[in-house]
Amino acid sequence: MDKVMAEPVLQINELVKNFGALRATDGVTLDLRPGEIHALIGPNGAGKSTLIHQICGTLRQDSGTIRLAGVDIGALSTADRARRGLGRTFQVSSLVSEFSALRNVMLAVQAKQATSFGFFRPVMRDVSLIEPAMAILERLGLAHRARLPAAELSHGERRQLEIAITLALQPKAFLLDEPMAGMGLEGSKALTLFLDGLRQEAPILLVEHDMDAVFTLADRVSVLVYGRIIATGTAGEIRRDPAVRTAYLGDRA
Amino acid sequence: MTRENLVNILLAVALLAAPLAANALGQAFYVTLATRIAILALAALGLNLALGLGGLVSFGHAAFFGIGGYAAGILAAHGFSGEPILFGLPGTVQMPVIWLVAVFTAAVVALLIGAISLRTSGVYFIMITLAFAQMVYYFAVSWPAYGGEDGLSVLVRNQFPGLNTMVPLNFFLICYVILLVAIALFALIRASRFGAALQAARQNEIRVATIGIGPFRIRLTAFVLSATITALAGALYADLNRFVSPSMLSWHMSGELIVLVILGGVGRLFGPVAGAALYVAFEFALGSLTEYWQFVLGLILLGTVLFVRGGLLGLFAGKARHG
Amino acid sequence: MTFALALEQLLNGLQLGVMLFLMAAGLTLIFGVMGLINLAHGSLYMVGAFACAAVAAWTGSFWLGLAASLACAAAAGAVVELVVIRRLYDRDHLDQVLATFALILIFSEGTRWLFGSFPLYLDIPPLLQGAVQLPGGGEYPIYRLAIIAIGALVAVGLYVLIGRTRLGMRIRAGESDREMIGALGVDIRTLYTVVFALGSALAGLSGALVGATQSVQVGMGEPILILCFVVIVIGGIGSIKGALLGALLVGICDTMGRFLLPQLIALLLPPAQAGMVGGAVSSMLIYVVMALVLAVKPRGLFPPAHV
Ligand SMILES: Nc1ncnc2c1ncn2[C@@H]1O[C@H](COP(=O)(O)OP(=O)(O)OP(=O)(O)O)[C@@H](O)[C@H]1O
Ligand SMILES: [Mg+2]
Repeated sequence: MDKVMAEPVLQINELVKNFGALRATDGVTLDLRPGEIHALIGPNGAGKSTLIHQICGTLRQDSGTIRLAGVDIGALSTADRARRGLGRTFQVSSLVSEFSALRNVMLAVQAKQATSFGFFRPVMRDVSLIEPAMAILERLGLAHRARLPAAELSHGERRQLEIAITLALQPKAFLLDEPMAGMGLEGSKALTLFLDGLRQEAPILLVEHDMDAVFTLADRVSVLVYGRIIATGTAGEIRRDPAVRTAYLGDRA
Repeated sequence: MTRENLVNILLAVALLAAPLAANALGQAFYVTLATRIAILALAALGLNLALGLGGLVSFGHAAFFGIGGYAAGILAAHGFSGEPILFGLPGTVQMPVIWLVAVFTAAVVALLIGAISLRTSGVYFIMITLAFAQMVYYFAVSWPAYGGEDGLSVLVRNQFPGLNTMVPLNFFLICYVILLVAIALFALIRASRFGAALQAARQNEIRVATIGIGPFRIRLTAFVLSATITALAGALYADLNRFVSPSMLSWHMSGELIVLVILGGVGRLFGPVAGAALYVAFEFALGSLTEYWQFVLGLILLGTVLFVRGGLLGLFAGKARHG
Repeated sequence: MTFALALEQLLNGLQLGVMLFLMAAGLTLIFGVMGLINLAHGSLYMVGAFACAAVAAWTGSFWLGLAASLACAAAAGAVVELVVIRRLYDRDHLDQVLATFALILIFSEGTRWLFGSFPLYLDIPPLLQGAVQLPGGGEYPIYRLAIIAIGALVAVGLYVLIGRTRLGMRIRAGESDREMIGALGVDIRTLYTVVFALGSALAGLSGALVGATQSVQVGMGEPILILCFVVIVIGGIGSIKGALLGALLVGICDTMGRFLLPQLIALLLPPAQAGMVGGAVSSMLIYVVMALVLAVKPRGLFPPAHV
């Protein structure tokens, strides 16, 4: 089936969120279709993270709907949404800091298996947790750091660990909030390559300031300014869009 | 073997050896002191599950300690007199039955208190657990049927099949075995999937929710488990003193339980044992010196909080390790 | 049940509410500005009562005693803040709970050491002795009315202090943004000491006022402290307005509950049981109210905007 015609995995409709007098999300409508990378770009403070928070349920929208695989998830708890298939990373790494990298991923594997009410079997002897978690760490090149507490990892490694955790969830949609931030040139390149392959597993909503990565990866790009989407289109269309050029890319073009 | 394991084994052996030696020398008083340590350690171990692993600062665990105590006292009173409690249900003087009732009652109450308190966090949680415990306290004080303010005596220590519980050493051994079993359970839970989720929720609640584990249910389960262990200790405490009174439910008791956990070292397997031993030793040593020993205890506690992080086990067993 | 009796109980509830507010205002202010949970607040209440009783016994003047209660509680508060509390601001709540629990032990045993275990008594000043006629036929002690009046005055005073003065502006700034106020060049350490001493003085005042209606003894601050926790949890921790409404709600619910519930239950049960059940149920009433409020609003009626 044609990608464009396929039922969207994630469909956001007329989402609104106010922080007091500030309208951080202003009637956002957006969708994420199977197999695509949909990049969300916009200047600092545009409301990108706020949007991700609302999709995941860490913030509640004032109005509007959020559908995942056709089901309205707008009133569910964060945990319920995750169980239904949202895998997100945080702009500022958010990990279980005393746990090792391995245990951070194992916890996600355990969450995916929906078995957090086991009281007697030690996790560190549980191959059904350790093996998949190790495999994911290897995939991201973090295996040699598996036993280190998350707090002791380098910034780049923490960013990768965030992605490892979402991989363990095998989500229906990835929501990545600036995964390249602070990764360095090499790191960004490797990650770009990695994400390129990842879209086969599930579509990605990618918030990113790194324009090279965005224009390399994105099937579609949406531009958010002051909480509003001012344009959506292919990378080429966005580059040519006059509104985008003045509002956002203007200083770069 | 890690240094902490070594210290743990030493503590376990010492807690057994001391009363055995005291018994051999005919010093029953010290056997009772060791029993007190074991029971308080058990109560604190229960709290440690919520506080140490889950980061839930419950200032109301006296409620569960007292509920366990009153379960023992009330069942024993009826078991002794032969009058039914309610609807023809008889009392009992059999410890195992009493323990079951204590654990079950505490679980039900903890489920109610936890379900409301865990909707909040931080200071709210501290104050609300305190307030609910106070509610149970006032209930006990104003309900005259079981002694009200004056408390309730357990005329004869309850029975355990095959053992004469009136022999101090026998009763100590019962408490000691229960304590060791509880410590083993604590260790299992801490290493389990549930324990992983609970400890992770303490460190980063949002992360845990974001991977699909609801912190509320995990915490509520931990809170209930924690309450049942403390209630079991309460039932034993009633049998130790052969007396229950609202003071077991008082907020002072809740504070003491937290103190035991902290003195020993938060989240440590044997922290509560170290804390209880230290506390009872203080009480005994200072109490014989001055009537105002709690003044000195206050100073020591203040010093510990302000200047010694990590409790007693932190001092002797090094920094806590995490897998 | 007569109208006069009900009115009397209502006034008693109001009086309790006002006393709770004096305590709760300090607690909630200290939490709002410094983020500190202070269990030892009840000890300062006790300090105020003892200071008043001791000075009144010595000089024969209740009013000097009252002044002493304010001064002693404020001084004790300032010393405690300087020596202990300021080390706790960036600690977690658990450490704060423990350290202030330790302070309670120190204060209580220290007071017992100084004054012994027997309660002291404090006489109502001659000016405020006697009673007034209530509409409907009852009588009500003037002293209790005076307490209500003092409480109302303090409430207004606090409102003006926080809303209209420089100090109040700094307190409000401290509540919403600690760095900001540091940047403004306000000496935040002094501000904290002042706020803590102010809260302590209010607690001491309320201890002294209540001391004349009951006995003055070690441990008297603890039951009232826990009621204050209920008050500020209901009101929203950090909110003075919440503390006022919470205090009145708790004071009136508690008093009226103890008065009305046994009578209600007597309609349903035989008298012997009714007394027992009524007493037990009404002692639990405010906690049920708290649970209900929290079930609807987990952060209290007036949650502070930040945090
Ligand atoms: N919890 C909050 N309360 C009040 N205002 C907030 C809150 N969170 C975000 N904001 C405001 O909402 C706006 C959008 O913030 P958001 O973090 O979503 O921006 P962003 O697009 O992710 O920016 P960046 O590129 O810097 O990450 C900003 O003005 C921010 O200050
Ligand atoms: Mg952002």
